[in-house]
Amino acid sequence: MDILQPGPVTVGTAPSASETTPGLAPEQLRELYSLMASVRFLDTSAVAWQRQGIIPGYAPELGQEAAQVGSAYALDLDCDFAFPTYREMGVARTIGVDMVAYMSTHKATWHGGMYDPQESRLAPIQAVVAGSVLHAVGWAHGQTLQGTPGVALSYFGDGASSQGDVHEAMNFAAVMNAPVVFFIQNNGWAISVPTEKQVAGGSVSARAAGYGMPAIQVDGNDVVAVYEATRRALDHARTGHGPMVVEAMTYRRGPHSTADDPGRYRSLDDERIDAGKDPLERLRKRMLADGIADDDFFAAAHETARSEEEAIRAGIEALGPRPGSEMFEFVFQETTPSLETQANRWREESDHA
Amino acid sequence: MLESTTATLDAAVEYAEVEHLSMQQALNRALDDVLTADPKTLVFGEDCGRLGGVFRITDGLQAKHGDARVFDTPLAESGILGMSVGLAMAGFHPIPEVQFDGFAYPAINQIVCQIARMNYRSRGKLPMPVTLRVPSFGGIRAPEHHGESLEALFAHVPGLKVVSPSDAHDAYHLLKYAASRPDPVIFMEPKSRYWQKGPVDMRDGGTLSGARIVRPGRHLTLVAWGAMVARCLQVAELAAEDGIDVEVLDLRWLKPIDAEALARSVGKTRRAVVVHEAPLTSGLGAEVAQLITQQCFDTLKAPVERVTGFDVPYPSGDLEDEYIPNIDRILLGIQRVLEYRRG
Ligand SMILES: Cc1ncc(C[n+]2csc(CCOP(=O)(O)OP(=O)(O)O)c2C)c(N)n1
Ligand SMILES: [Mg+2]
Repeated sequence: MDILQPGPVTVGTAPSASETTPGLAPEQLRELYSLMASVRFLDTSAVAWQRQGIIPGYAPELGQEAAQVGSAYALDLDCDFAFPTYREMGVARTIGVDMVAYMSTHKATWHGGMYDPQESRLAPIQAVVAGSVLHAVGWAHGQTLQGTPGVALSYFGDGASSQGDVHEAMNFAAVMNAPVVFFIQNNGWAISVPTEKQVAGGSVSARAAGYGMPAIQVDGNDVVAVYEATRRALDHARTGHGPMVVEAMTYRRGPHSTADDPGRYRSLDDERIDAGKDPLERLRKRMLADGIADDDFFAAAHETARSEEEAIRAGIEALGPRPGSEMFEFVFQETTPSLETQANRWREESDHA
Repeated sequence: MLESTTATLDAAVEYAEVEHLSMQQALNRALDDVLTADPKTLVFGEDCGRLGGVFRITDGLQAKHGDARVFDTPLAESGILGMSVGLAMAGFHPIPEVQFDGFAYPAINQIVCQIARMNYRSRGKLPMPVTLRVPSFGGIRAPEHHGESLEALFAHVPGLKVVSPSDAHDAYHLLKYAASRPDPVIFMEPKSRYWQKGPVDMRDGGTLSGARIVRPGRHLTLVAWGAMVARCLQVAELAAEDGIDVEVLDLRWLKPIDAEALARSVGKTRRAVVVHEAPLTSGLGAEVAQLITQQCFDTLKAPVERVTGFDVPYPSGDLEDEYIPNIDRILLGIQRVLEYRRG
């Protein structure tokens, strides 16, 4: 199956890492592992931060490290742009977003995060499920109009795939031959609703056929396979062949968010069975077997992850609330008299209190 | 089905007279009663089935009433509300949920263009007995789109009725009442009050249409709804220490607004402050102020004040308390009205 040809859909599973010679140098494999280790440590720590009262809430991505790191690693940061949901911490870390600025959304400092989206190549954190999928198509079409080589990478979940906007986005993209890759993390759950009750037809990638675009369904817990699939999809879009779907089959090992109690809708035994192989453990075993890394490397990677988390935590703890005046500052580029009056009233009354 | 009233619903369930319930429990009991009494009732939405809703309002209802009547839908608000139209046309009585206020927006097309006007379009032949439950308003330090106040948006749409309870008793009775109406009702639940307990007279809901005086007073009327009612009661207690006797009027119905209750209350107190979390401009405070001014113009001592949220997107948790009208801002609003002198 040639997934690079536009036209009839090809749904397949990308070769798993162990079956292929990936186009990745040992150094890159080590980097992928280190990224996943950093993401894993920060992610599990953030859940602890919430328990300790450092942040009010968090949506863990535990189990999705390979899907997030592998896909984001394939981006060309000179020209591409990623559109995250609320669960893409691993994407942010991989493309080098300022992580204090990113995590500030979970401290309830600023909804979209505090990073500069243009500079970071990452759209603001998106709380609306499927809210940004059409944006990715528009951004991608903009590249076509400008003759620039960028590709949009649109992240969304199995749950999001039910929204009408996703249909519109896929159809627009296909009609306009837009350079966009729809990257679905099918993690088995949308809060309490399992994929079987969410996605008719068995998969999101199967739908691509209806839009005449190619699709790859990939083992989302295999970071090399995810990287390969995403890289091929990005190349496909970049070379003028239009949109493509990548569906990474993975598993949400944690709760939906720190406010969620999965015990109400799935058992621990099911979790263990459904989660599949741990993405980090998998790569570690492979690297050891291939002699790409030794125990010292892994110890060092974990140590780096630990000190990174420490620095990010310190940054988050030091982050005070934004001044209330910022509520008014960013509503418009050109403010209005009424808003100024309200801001003045707010200031007087705050001073009074 | 369309004729069912709270009286017939009550006949189906036996209750002790007064129970102490949280608003979450009261709403859950109301849904349970309606499902028990009216076989055409369906309760559905995202995570409403097995999980019992993210706020547990539908907790246990699927186990009791079956997954044909209480069910999870795929994740699509337009789908949930659009399907409600067809179910209503087929003779069912849908009580859909959108998970949070901000996620009613993806359903606006179906709410505004379809649910609100099918009765009109069909010359009364296709009524829409749909009660849309919307966990509403802010105050829980939640992510974006989890703290918004959409009442003015809904109230502006011809063909929709809008109601918001402020305590467990009203939550129980108003939900049963709304669910027994033949017209679409947007039922806005003040999510920051879900866990607040209060006495619920299970048998006697009292008057369920119109506004309700929750604290009588002589000097000034505070008009509020939803979560702001409790805050206004606190303000009234503080004002009383300064000898200011504040009446608190819980509007409850945001469409239709109980104009007579406004006239009665402000006719007596001659001063009014409206409090809401929603942004100022074109908020319901403007509507309330106009209804008061028109009816009480000759006796009003001061222009009606508005203490509201600002014309800004509902902010992140850290700035929430700067946005939502707090006790100080409401007291200052009261002060402005009391100190007003005609020029
Ligand atoms: C439009 C909209 N509806 C509902 C919600 C509430 N909500 C947040 S996440 C979520 C489930 C999303 O599932 P999925 O798309 O599979 O992503 P995952 O959470 O698994 O990463 C829901 C229902 C929302 N944020 N936005
Ligand atoms: Mg999911």
